[in-house]
Amino acid sequence: MKKNLIFLAATFLFMQCSFAQLQLNGAGATFPYVLYSKWFDVYQKKTGIQFNYQSIGSGGGIKQVIEGTVDFGATDGPMNDTQLAEAKTKQGTDILHIPTVLGAVVVTYNLKENISDIKLSPEVLAKIFLGKITKWNDNAIVELNKDKVLPNKPIVVVHRSDGSGTTYIFVDYLCKVNEEWNTKVGKGTSVSWPVGLGGKGNEGVAGQIKQIDGAIGYVELAYAVKNKLNYASMKNKAGNFIKPSLESVTTAALNESKNMPSDFRVSITNADGKDSYPISGYTWLLVRKEFKDEKKGKALVEFLHWAVNDGENYAAELLYAPLPKKVSELCEKAIKTISYPGKK
Amino acid sequence: MNTNIQPQKLHSKNIGDFIFKNLTLFFAIFILIIIVLMVYEMYSSSAVSREKFGLSFLTQSVWDPVQEEYGALPFIYGTLVSSFLALLIALPLSIGIAIFLSEIAPRWLEKPLSFFIELLAGIPSIVYGLWGFFVMVPWLRENVQPFLIENFGNIPLFTGAPYGVGMLAAGIILSIMILPIISSISRDVLKTVPRAQKEAALALGSTRWQATKIALSYSRSGIIGAIILGLGRAFGETMAVTMVIGNRPTISASLLEPAYTMASVIANEFTEATSEMYLSALIEIALVLFVIALIINSFARLLVWSVTKHSDVQGKM
Repeated sequence: MKKNLIFLAATFLFMQCSFAQLQLNGAGATFPYVLYSKWFDVYQKKTGIQFNYQSIGSGGGIKQVIEGTVDFGATDGPMNDTQLAEAKTKQGTDILHIPTVLGAVVVTYNLKENISDIKLSPEVLAKIFLGKITKWNDNAIVELNKDKVLPNKPIVVVHRSDGSGTTYIFVDYLCKVNEEWNTKVGKGTSVSWPVGLGGKGNEGVAGQIKQIDGAIGYVELAYAVKNKLNYASMKNKAGNFIKPSLESVTTAALNESKNMPSDFRVSITNADGKDSYPISGYTWLLVRKEFKDEKKGKALVEFLHWAVNDGENYAAELLYAPLPKKVSELCEKAIKTISYPGKK
Repeated sequence: MNTNIQPQKLHSKNIGDFIFKNLTLFFAIFILIIIVLMVYEMYSSSAVSREKFGLSFLTQSVWDPVQEEYGALPFIYGTLVSSFLALLIALPLSIGIAIFLSEIAPRWLEKPLSFFIELLAGIPSIVYGLWGFFVMVPWLRENVQPFLIENFGNIPLFTGAPYGVGMLAAGIILSIMILPIISSISRDVLKTVPRAQKEAALALGSTRWQATKIALSYSRSGIIGAIILGLGRAFGETMAVTMVIGNRPTISASLLEPAYTMASVIANEFTEATSEMYLSALIEIALVLFVIALIINSFARLLVWSVTKHSDVQGKM
């Protein structure tokens, strides 16, 4: 009996060894999950390397990278200096941010009168979310939409109740364009909202907006497009009203790429350029700069090369804005600096 | 020699009993260990927040992750009010159902009805949440709340705008969720009332209602237990509540205003809580929830104890 058991165990171990494929474990942001799943699937078919990605949220991804429990992380908001320093002391290596795609946040609303394509300016948007503008026919809104008849209806603000990168991008934008927001509320994955109802997830926000006549809120661009929501054109830094789209987001990234810092931790909200959509941001993969494991390091570096080049072709069909060519090239350079034992 | 054999035999005969006894003892203690570990873990992980805020954590109503200011009062308020509101709605209904099923309903009706009530208890909370969000909330917004505002708008309880979501919606959805628990347990308890008791009451000329009252007082402690179980579910309910409560950490007298509960804020913000203080504050909320549940349970035990002690049911009969 005992012999049998040992034999079984040995066989099992042997099987494990001989069939073990390289598996890379990752965790983090939920926003790029759809694209990453696609990438991992395609890449596995190509190379046989398996990926195990848990979309536990950016916060969780950062935590696991700091603790070194995953081979790579993913986040919608960059790690701050304290977190990077903590990772350095715990893991003995710098952590690189590699941008993969861009996401945009759109302002969506519901008016029974079926008024589409409302135009909003940063000041008006901030005042609505601060609770300063409370009616749809407020002069400030009417001023921007002279061609439309706006109803005398209370504005009901809806925001995300769960911590999220979408919220981060949105409030980061409000911080940049409105001083009062910056000092009173600030930015983060969740904030203390001056007004409004909280909905869980994009679907929670969109659901409430769909139900409440006069509601306004924000969701991811991809979600708004898929669900055919009404969304507003935003006045950008150059003064043009821009309808959110994958192109106007990539354009924003391209226009801001001249200011791209070497560590890629950049916010591109309120971007320069006449065709830039102003509420957008990168999502990043978090990888170690120095790998101790040769196989994993090599595999991940090769994957990253593939992702920022060929991988970008899968972005648009899944409603993610691809990186501008220029940023892909910058990424290439950064990926080359990743070291692992035995690297030439 | 002979005297030696006897105990050995006895011993070998009882080895199974011995193992069985200790194994079950271990299982029982295991529960205690889990609870102690959980409390320890929550207590130690919330150290950062406990040290910074102290007792003001329980009395402050600002919840600002950006400024790292945390106060749990609106969440405590939301949990308590929504749960008791649920109880207020569910209790009369459940007891009514239980009485009907155990005392009045004919057999052919009782079986299927009981089955459906137990079925209700098995529905996942997310399903209740979705139903609440897509069916109940619009109904409240379009029909119930405008009516309440129009007719009772001068009472602080019903002031505000008809958002649909809010404390009232949370209370109603919770009441539907705890109703099957309270009613099915109460029914079982009522059924344990000995037939002789009821028959004796009827024989003495009681009406059906009087006999039922006797049955109710006989099973008081069991019914209180059922209520506590229901309340426990209401306290801990997360998904369904977060979908209909509006998720706004404010304290308002009005039932139409949005609110927030402890379980919901943990579920909502835990995944993106990056800073140590933030995480610690959320864990402290879990600790507070645990302590409140503990207090309510102990209180209920006391209640059961005092009820069974002071009222000699047999004497009353």
